[in-house]
Amino acid sequence: MSPVSLLHYRRPRRRLWRFNGGIHVPDEKALSNGRTIAEAPLPRHLILPLQQHIGAIARPCVAVGERVLRGQVIAEPSGYVSAPIHASSSGTVVAIEERPVPHPSGLAGPCIVIETDGEDAEVAPLPSLIDYRHIDRAKVLERIRACGIVGLGGASFPTGVKLNPGPDHPIETLIINAAECEPYITCDDLLMRTRAETVIEGVRIIQHLLGAKECLIGVEDNKPEAIAALRAALADSDLTATEVVAIPTLYPSGGERQLIRILTGKEVPTSGIPALIGVVCQNVSTTAAVADAVLDGRPLTSRLVTVTGRAIAEPRNCEVRIGTPAADLIAHCGGYAGEVRKLVCGGPMMGFKLESDQVPITKGTNCLLALTPAEAPDPGPALACIRCGRCAEVCPTNLLPQQMYWHARAKDLDKVQDYNLFDCIECGCCAHVCPSHIPLVQYYRFAKAASWAREKEKRQAEHARLRHAAKQERLEREQREKQAKLREKAAAVKGDGAGGGDAAAKQAAIAAARARAAAKQAASRAPDAPRSAQDAAQHSAQHSAQDAAQGRPPDSPPDCAPTPPREAATKAGAGAAAHTVTED
Amino acid sequence: MSATIISSPHGARANRVDLIMLQVLLALVPGVAAMTWLFGWGVLINVALASLVAVAAEAAVLKLRGRAAGPAIRDLSAFVTAVLFAIAVPPTLPWWLTVLGVLFAIVIVKQLYGGLGYNPFNPAMAGYVFLLISYPVAMTSWLPPQMLAEHALGLVDSARLIFVGAPPVGLPWDAVTMATPLDAMRQALDEGQTIAEIRQSPLWGEVGGRGWEWVAFWFFVGGLALLWRRIITWHIPVAMLAGLLVMAGLFWWVDPQTHPSPAFHLLSGGAVLGAFFIATDPVTACTTRRGQLIFGAAIGALVFVIRTWGGYPDAIAFAVLLMNIAAPTIEQLTQPRVFGHGRSNG
Repeated sequence: MSPVSLLHYRRPRRRLWRFNGGIHVPDEKALSNGRTIAEAPLPRHLILPLQQHIGAIARPCVAVGERVLRGQVIAEPSGYVSAPIHASSSGTVVAIEERPVPHPSGLAGPCIVIETDGEDAEVAPLPSLIDYRHIDRAKVLERIRACGIVGLGGASFPTGVKLNPGPDHPIETLIINAAECEPYITCDDLLMRTRAETVIEGVRIIQHLLGAKECLIGVEDNKPEAIAALRAALADSDLTATEVVAIPTLYPSGGERQLIRILTGKEVPTSGIPALIGVVCQNVSTTAAVADAVLDGRPLTSRLVTVTGRAIAEPRNCEVRIGTPAADLIAHCGGYAGEVRKLVCGGPMMGFKLESDQVPITKGTNCLLALTPAEAPDPGPALACIRCGRCAEVCPTNLLPQQMYWHARAKDLDKVQDYNLFDCIECGCCAHVCPSHIPLVQYYRFAKAASWAREKEKRQAEHARLRHAAKQERLEREQREKQAKLREKAAAVKGDGAGGGDAAAKQAAIAAARARAAAKQAASRAPDAPRSAQDAAQHSAQHSAQDAAQGRPPDSPPDCAPTPPREAATKAGAGAAAHTVTED
Repeated sequence: MSATIISSPHGARANRVDLIMLQVLLALVPGVAAMTWLFGWGVLINVALASLVAVAAEAAVLKLRGRAAGPAIRDLSAFVTAVLFAIAVPPTLPWWLTVLGVLFAIVIVKQLYGGLGYNPFNPAMAGYVFLLISYPVAMTSWLPPQMLAEHALGLVDSARLIFVGAPPVGLPWDAVTMATPLDAMRQALDEGQTIAEIRQSPLWGEVGGRGWEWVAFWFFVGGLALLWRRIITWHIPVAMLAGLLVMAGLFWWVDPQTHPSPAFHLLSGGAVLGAFFIATDPVTACTTRRGQLIFGAAIGALVFVIRTWGGYPDAIAFAVLLMNIAAPTIEQLTQPRVFGHGRSNG
C-alpha cells in the first residue's frame, strides 16, 4: 500500500462492486444535518433497560434507594454474549421494574430507573490503555466489554465478542460501516464531521485487535463533508493500509453483507458470519465508542441520536444520555410540529413504529423519526400481486419476493424456504416499490416466525417420540425381569423340594440382576435429564412469546427464559402481524 | 387501514397499479390513433364498446363474488384488456362478437380465475382466440388501409357496419373488406406465387403491408415510452422480436422466394404490438430475467412457426397463450442465484 503522502498526491480509484437492485429514495438528510449537535439536557428520570444488546440480559447489581454515579456499573453481563449497563448520570435508583422499552412488539421490559440529582458526578474513570499495542489483547477486549460497548448501528451486538472472531478466522479486512444509507438519519454523518480523529483512533485500535491487513471505511457519497473530514484525519495520522472509500448512494448499501460486497467483491455465505471470509464489519459510531473506552476509559453512557422528520419542529442531532425518555428529547428539539402520523424508532425503511414517546433512548437507538401524514401516507388496502417483478428487480439479496409472498400467503412454509426466505434482510425495498402496496416484509416476518415455531414443534415432537420409545422399552424390560424372577422362584422352590439348594448362589444371582437393572435404568435416564430441562426452558420461552402475541407482559422473569426477549417478542410481534396480514 | 400496517417501510410507496395501467393506456394512444387514421372509426367504436362491456362485466362478476367492484375497476386493468382486445379484432367486427369476446376475456379468463393477478392466460388474447376459432370468417375480414380503400367509411358507415352488419348503401361486403397483409401473403404463397410476384400488388409498402408499417411504427414508439417509464423492461420485447427475426431471417436466407423477409414479419402483423404490450403482461409472463428471455424468444419463434405452417394468418395470440402455459415452469427453472449461495467469492 502506498504511503499516506502518496494517497494525498493521487488517490487511485478503487474498484467497487455491485449488489443486485437497491433503490434510490429521497435521502432527507438535509432536514437534520444542517444544525450542530446539541447536548440534550439531563432528564429527571433515566430509564435504563437491562436488555439493550443482543444476547443474555444484564443482571442488576444495585438496589433501589442506592445512590449511583455516572459511569458506575448498575447491571452486569450475565453471559459471554452480553453487556453491562452503566448509570448515565448521578442520582438515586428509584425503581427496578417493567417499563415500556423501544421494541417492535411495544412490550415492556425490565429497567433500572434513576432519579437524577443534577450533579452529574462521575465515578473515577478507568485508566487509559493508550499503550494498547503492548498490552495483552484479552485485556483490551475486556475493557471494551466492561465499558458496555455494543454495535451502535442498530443491531446492538456486543462489540467485544465481534472483535474476537477466534484463531480459526484470520481477518484480512476490517470494514468500517459509515454508509448510513437509511434516509433521514444523520448521526453518523455528524459524528464523522466532528470527531473524525476519534474514529481514526478507533480504527487503529480495532485493526490492531483483529490483526487486519487493511481497513476500508465505506461512506455513501452523499456525505462529502464527512468523507473530507475522515480523509483529513487519516492523512494526519500514521495509519497505513486504511482508506476512506466513497461509495455510490444506494439503499441498502449500509447493510453489512451489501457493504462487504461493494468494497471487497466478496459475498458472505448464507447463514454465515463475515469472519468466515476474513472480514469484520464495525459501525463508525461503535468505532469511536471503542476509542473512548480504550483511550479515555469512558463507558458508553451517551450517544448521538438524530431527531428528525417533518413533524419535529427543529430536526437535529443530539448527544443524549442513554435512558433519556424519547419525549424529553423531542421536547428539546422544539417538540412536535403539526400532525404526527407515526413516531418511528430508526429509519423509515427498517425502523419500527413506537406506540408511545415515553420509551427511553437505548444504546441501539440512532434515530427518532416523527413523520407527517404527507411523509408516511396511508398506503391503502393491498391489491393483488400483478407479478410485475419490481420487487425482484430491487432485492439486494436477489430473491424472488413475489414467489415468497405467494407461498407465505398460502402458509406453505416449505415452499417459502425453498425460495430462501431466511436470506431476506427485511430491508423493505420490495415493499417500497410494490405497486399493489402489499406489506411484503410483514409477510416474510410472519413466515420466518411461523417457521421457527414449527421447527420447535418438530423438535418437541421428536423428543416426545424418543421418550415414548424409551418408556416402552423400560416397561418391556421390567416385564421380562419380572417373569425371569418368577421362573427363578419356581426353580428355587423345585430345587428346595429336590433336597436343599445353594441359597448363597441364588442371592448373588438376584443381586447381580438388580444391579444390572439399576445400571440400565440410570443409563437410560441420564440423557433424559438435561433434555427435559431444555424442554422446560423451551416451553417457558414459547409461553412468553404467546403472552407477547396476546399483548401481555411475560409472566416469568425474562432471565429465566433462554430465548432473549427481543427474539421471543419479535416472533410474537410477527405472530400478531400474521393475524392482520392474512385477513382477506 | 394504516393501523394494520405495523411493519416497515414507513414512507410513501413508489408505485401504484392504476398509474402503471394508465401509462400503458397512454402508450397505446399513438398506435390506436394510427389505426384509426388507417381504418376509420370502427377502431374507436370497438375500443369504446369493449371498454364499456369490460367494466360492466368486471363489476357484475365482482358483485357475484361478493367483492367490492370499485377498487378493481379503478385499477384500470379491465380497460387495458379491453383496448388490447379491441385493436386486435377487425374494425368491422359485429358488435355482438366484440361483446362476446370481452365477456369471455373478463368473466372466464380473468375473474373466474380470481381476478387481476391470478389469471394464468392473457385475457385479451384468450378472448381473441376464442372468437377466432369460433368465428374465423368474421375475425379475418379486415378493412383496407385508407390509401387503398375505394370507399372510405365515415362514422355512420362504420357504426352501421358494426351494429347493423350492413355495408354502406349500394356496396357489397367484398368491396368493403379486405384480407390482412399476412393473410394475403399466405394465400398467395399457397397458390404457388413467388415473393417477387406477390410484391407486385399495391397491397405492399416498403417492407410490409402498406399502412400497416405505420401502425407497427407507432406501437413501437409507445413501446419505447413504456421502456423509458420503466413500466416494462427490454427483456421480453427484445427476446421476442429477436426470436421472430432470427427464425424468419434463417428461412428467408435459405429461400427468399418462398419466405417473406424478416422485416415483413416484423412490420406486417401484430408483432410489435405483441412484443411491447401483450407478451409483457406481467401477470401471465415470467418474472425472472432469464425466464423472460426464454419466454420472449419462444413466443417469437412460435409466431414464425404458426404464421408459416399453422392454420391461422397471424399467430401472436396463439404463441402468447402457449407460452403462458409454460411460464411457471420456465420461472421455476430460471431462478436467480441468491446472494451468498454457491459461486466462489472474489
